[in-house]
Amino acid sequence: MEILSPQAIVDSFKTALGDNFIDSNIYEQEVAVKKSLFRIIWLHVKREAFKKAVEHICQLQEYPHLAIISSADLGDNVELIYHFTIYYGQHLQEISLGLRVSLPKNDLKIPTITDLIPGAIFTERETQEMIGVEVVGIPDNRRLFLPEDFPEGVYPWRTDETGPKEDMFRVLPGRKPK
Amino acid sequence: MTTGEMKKASYTIPIGPIHPALKEPVRLDLTIDGEEIVDVDIALGQVHRGIEWLGMNRNNAIQNIYLAERICGICNICHPFAYVMAVEHAAGIIPPERAEYIRTIIAELERIHSHLLWAGIAAHEIGFDTIFYLAWRVREEVMDIIEYVTGNRITKAMFQIGGVRRDITEEQIPRIRQALDYYLSIFDKLGEVFLKDKTIIMRTKNVGILKEEEALKLGIVGPTTRASGVAKDVRQDQPYSAYADLDIKAITPDMLTGTVVGDVYDRIIVRLLEIKQAIEIIEQCIEQMPSGPILAEPKPAKLLNTLKKAEGEGVGRAEAPRGEVIHYVRMEAGRETLANWKVRAPTYPNLLAIPILLKGGQIADVPIAFASIDPCFSCTNRVVVVDRKINKKSLLTGRDLLELSIEKTRKLKC
Repeated sequence: MEILSPQAIVDSFKTALGDNFIDSNIYEQEVAVKKSLFRIIWLHVKREAFKKAVEHICQLQEYPHLAIISSADLGDNVELIYHFTIYYGQHLQEISLGLRVSLPKNDLKIPTITDLIPGAIFTERETQEMIGVEVVGIPDNRRLFLPEDFPEGVYPWRTDETGPKEDMFRVLPGRKPK
Repeated sequence: MTTGEMKKASYTIPIGPIHPALKEPVRLDLTIDGEEIVDVDIALGQVHRGIEWLGMNRNNAIQNIYLAERICGICNICHPFAYVMAVEHAAGIIPPERAEYIRTIIAELERIHSHLLWAGIAAHEIGFDTIFYLAWRVREEVMDIIEYVTGNRITKAMFQIGGVRRDITEEQIPRIRQALDYYLSIFDKLGEVFLKDKTIIMRTKNVGILKEEEALKLGIVGPTTRASGVAKDVRQDQPYSAYADLDIKAITPDMLTGTVVGDVYDRIIVRLLEIKQAIEIIEQCIEQMPSGPILAEPKPAKLLNTLKKAEGEGVGRAEAPRGEVIHYVRMEAGRETLANWKVRAPTYPNLLAIPILLKGGQIADVPIAFASIDPCFSCTNRVVVVDRKINKKSLLTGRDLLELSIEKTRKLKC
């Protein structure tokens, strides 16, 4: 396996994705006494090329490690970040890779990546129930953390009208409601 | 086997959400065929406490350190560790070099205590309570050191954004060394007890096997993946804290035995060797620790002000005793709370391995196979055995299940 520099990785994404590549940012930070570099690459891609970007990551590293999908409600759209790491298993070579996709609120859909990375199933199920993004083609459609009697169409991480309702919050004893 | 009129009925056994063999409340639905487990399903969420929501709606960035510390009672260093690194990356704060070494020492002390705690529990799961008492007695020494250095046995409150809150002084070092020497002196004995005992070998060899390829595909982390031969360790792979200055190698079982099986026995080997590795790391850190300040910004009010103005995002990853912990943080200028906070603990991906570990095994092996990934323990409840065919429910207490396991050990011994 050839180890590329962060800039070379970004360039390879640019060539592979073409117009669907939005932007990128390389963050480097010197660590401790020997000043080894902690490195993160942030990539922003269009949804059309999302699957292709994940396939490209699979080419850089045979089994890329998907740590988690984080999601945020940014008003008009929902942003998902897939936190990957590549080049693990070698001393101080690992690079974190944050793959960012923005989804418009009126079309919250993202293809599943469980066919490429089977371990993504838990975090995809969590993304589905918590922020209301439909993961198209997910092999297991059930909820992960939310109880079965939790109302449909309410997503705890949303800040709009589909977020948790006022009456769902419990005020602790001795505290006044806001 | 299914000959004639005799037909096998398949049973579903739900274990949990609260159960002695499960550290975290989680429900396992086991479909069994006779004694053999044919399918496993996991139901989570019984202790979803909405911690991330609190971090985004109630607490400021400094208060969140103490909230992060309370995510887990056993590994309460790794969460604030990953959290402060994420905030430091987002806000552009660089901790002083001495603080990096102190962080590493505390994190490794935690690893020793956590692995010994696990060793005791694993022994208890197979009904070997003598070793359980032994392991927990031995663990007291490191707990004393943690209290000596940080002022507390758990929830140590050592971390601050841009450094640590307490220094390790010259006078403290001899006492720390004394504890390290104690562990080195008993290490061979521990190895003999855990790796050469006939009962432990019988109950853990070829039980709960996870193959290397499966571990890679599912993104398993920590000692669970290393026991399957994947040399993945955040301390080795990613430069963070003082680990970046040391030459750390991920521990795999072939270092001791020459082969990788990926069973419970291999997980014992990895954790045992990691105790020794932790001792070595602490010794190196004490020797190489540079002098200097321990905080980038000693005044909390000033720090809070900087954090309020900070804009950006960061990821912090740390190797907890159970595997990789990752915190993602996004900060917005002018906002007191975090704009986004995502926490992922190592048990989250490791639970994906549970169906593989349990399938094909026996019910009596459930406690030890489940405990072998070291998921974070809760207390006794019950197990309901449902006979699908006649829809009859019978109740097995958690104690019954543990007794099944103990009984198996006794039978093997005879």
